[in-house]
Amino acid sequence: MTAGIAPPPPATEEGLGFVGAVRDKIDLIVTPTFFVILAAAVGAVWTYSDIDSTTARILSWDNLLPNITDHLVMTFWSTVLVVAFAIPLGIFITRPRFKGFAGPILTFANSGQAIPAFGLLVIFAGAFGRGQQTAIFAFTVFALLPVLRNTMVGLQQVDQSVIEAGRGMGLSKRQALIGIELPLAVPVILAGVRTALVINVGMATLAFLIGGGGLGEPIYAGLQLNRPTAVFISGGMVAALALLIDFIAALAERYLKPKGI
Amino acid sequence: MPEALIKLEKVSKTYPGTQIPAVAELDLEIYKGEILVLVGPSGCGKSTTLRLINRMIEPTGGRIYFEGEDVTDVNPDQLRRKIGYVIQQIGLFPHRTIAENIATVPQLLGWDKAAIDARVDELIETVGLDPKIHRDRYPKELSGGQAQRVGVARAMGADPDVLLMDEPFGAVDPITRDRLQNEFLRLQQELHKTIVFVTHDIDEAIKMGDRIAILQEQSVIAQHDTPERILAHPKTKFVEDFLGSGATLKGLNLMRAGEVELDDVTTIQAPTSRDAVLKAIESSGGQWVLMLDEKGIPKRWLDRRSLDTTDSLDQAGKAVQVTVEPEDTLRDALEKMLQSAVGTACCVNPDGSYRGVVRVETLVALIDQLQTAERDRQAAMS
Repeated sequence: MTAGIAPPPPATEEGLGFVGAVRDKIDLIVTPTFFVILAAAVGAVWTYSDIDSTTARILSWDNLLPNITDHLVMTFWSTVLVVAFAIPLGIFITRPRFKGFAGPILTFANSGQAIPAFGLLVIFAGAFGRGQQTAIFAFTVFALLPVLRNTMVGLQQVDQSVIEAGRGMGLSKRQALIGIELPLAVPVILAGVRTALVINVGMATLAFLIGGGGLGEPIYAGLQLNRPTAVFISGGMVAALALLIDFIAALAERYLKPKGI
Repeated sequence: MPEALIKLEKVSKTYPGTQIPAVAELDLEIYKGEILVLVGPSGCGKSTTLRLINRMIEPTGGRIYFEGEDVTDVNPDQLRRKIGYVIQQIGLFPHRTIAENIATVPQLLGWDKAAIDARVDELIETVGLDPKIHRDRYPKELSGGQAQRVGVARAMGADPDVLLMDEPFGAVDPITRDRLQNEFLRLQQELHKTIVFVTHDIDEAIKMGDRIAILQEQSVIAQHDTPERILAHPKTKFVEDFLGSGATLKGLNLMRAGEVELDDVTTIQAPTSRDAVLKAIESSGGQWVLMLDEKGIPKRWLDRRSLDTTDSLDQAGKAVQVTVEPEDTLRDALEKMLQSAVGTACCVNPDGSYRGVVRVETLVALIDQLQTAERDRQAAMS
């Protein structure tokens, strides 16, 4: 990033400055770098260490592939459910008429995250039975808070004068919400979704505890059978997957943000 | 009696949980085509009053009539689409381009795309911006003055008869404010909108208003009249205090630079030479000549001494930094004169070309007249 080709600073005082410019890009530089280092390490260990038949079985594609698929499926659906619940809920409790609900709903979301992940899984398994679906529901509750809170904050930080001007021109409440408030809250909401996504990738590692599959299976197998190479490689895969998903989310955040803000 | 386009009848607003109304039984008539200025100290309820008209605040009592029709209970969203609204913070939509911002109300009203596009370009030009340059920009790329112009253009999107303006020029620097006021007055001469304008600045009120309503606590009207009559006959102590001292000088707010007789100075048009300038100074008999550029826009004041020190005409003498427009009040002109290097204010046409000069002597003579008139009046009263 050369100063010479940088675009002129915008008319408002939003010029980023050096630190700002680096911070602005950090997502797009650091995460892929870590990903590459991690992938290289996993690849190197896999290629150069002694792999006995047990390790080989744990790490066989026949074994790994379904786990990776399960992992992604759980991450995807729990995030979709989080978005589907938390964003409308966040909109609901920021409407002046329903402000009273904000307290109780936030408390509920808070407790979802306050309960240890393992405990939450076990409670859900007790209530709804073991399996992948139960795991997805548990993760949804666990990751509700960041999206809910960011939806609230995102909507609340919208400049009141912009809404006032819009309403003053005859936008209805709904039109102002859809046309002005939500687009302007998108960056903050997306940041929350990204957090939820990262939480869910990590959480999916625990799904094996209640029979949900995922990359927790090979890690657990490696631990049980005392095969550190298998543990390292499958652990590395989870980490790499998390970084990759975070990177995709960072790109989405950058390019889904409405122009002009 | 002119036709009242908007009529407030005993309108009041009491906020929930309070006893004292913010606006108490206000009667107000706004005539077609006038600029009515609501002016008063902070907290007098002038903004609240404005927002009662388009029902951004719902009145708790009284009736509001718009074009003779009782609109107290109609759908406020529909009502607002017929009334332009400009606020001090402007509130442009940051995620929409200038064109999209201006198209807001036409779109709500379901105009077709071609009509909207044409209207948007027309409005961008009307407020003195260039559609080619600004149409697809985002608000953050605009300066404060440009943003305010777009705010006005947006309010006029669907060509409403009425504009409500809440301290529209309050957030820009004094020079830009002055220019925006002048442009707006020029615009109003063509458009004849009905405008309710809120300000706390009595000078702005006198400059902009066809009529002024001075409000005190709870939007009680202390005096409602033309600026001339308010200055000449303040009805109560409150009004007198609000006008402040120097009512005579305030009188300068009533006269526009375009209305007084302008003096002429010797001008010389670029490109020219040092010798030609010297000759012009000699033949003029005065000290200064005014150099205009190729388009006739005043550029520099030149005198003999300044030409002794440098040969370049672009460096010599004093630059013309501020100019007076015909819509400027004489008070504006006086301020600009004080800023001018030679104690004389250049008056220019709307296109920036030279029109004449306002001299200190002219203003002094006028102030003398005003003071004499004031003394006579006071003598007559006592």
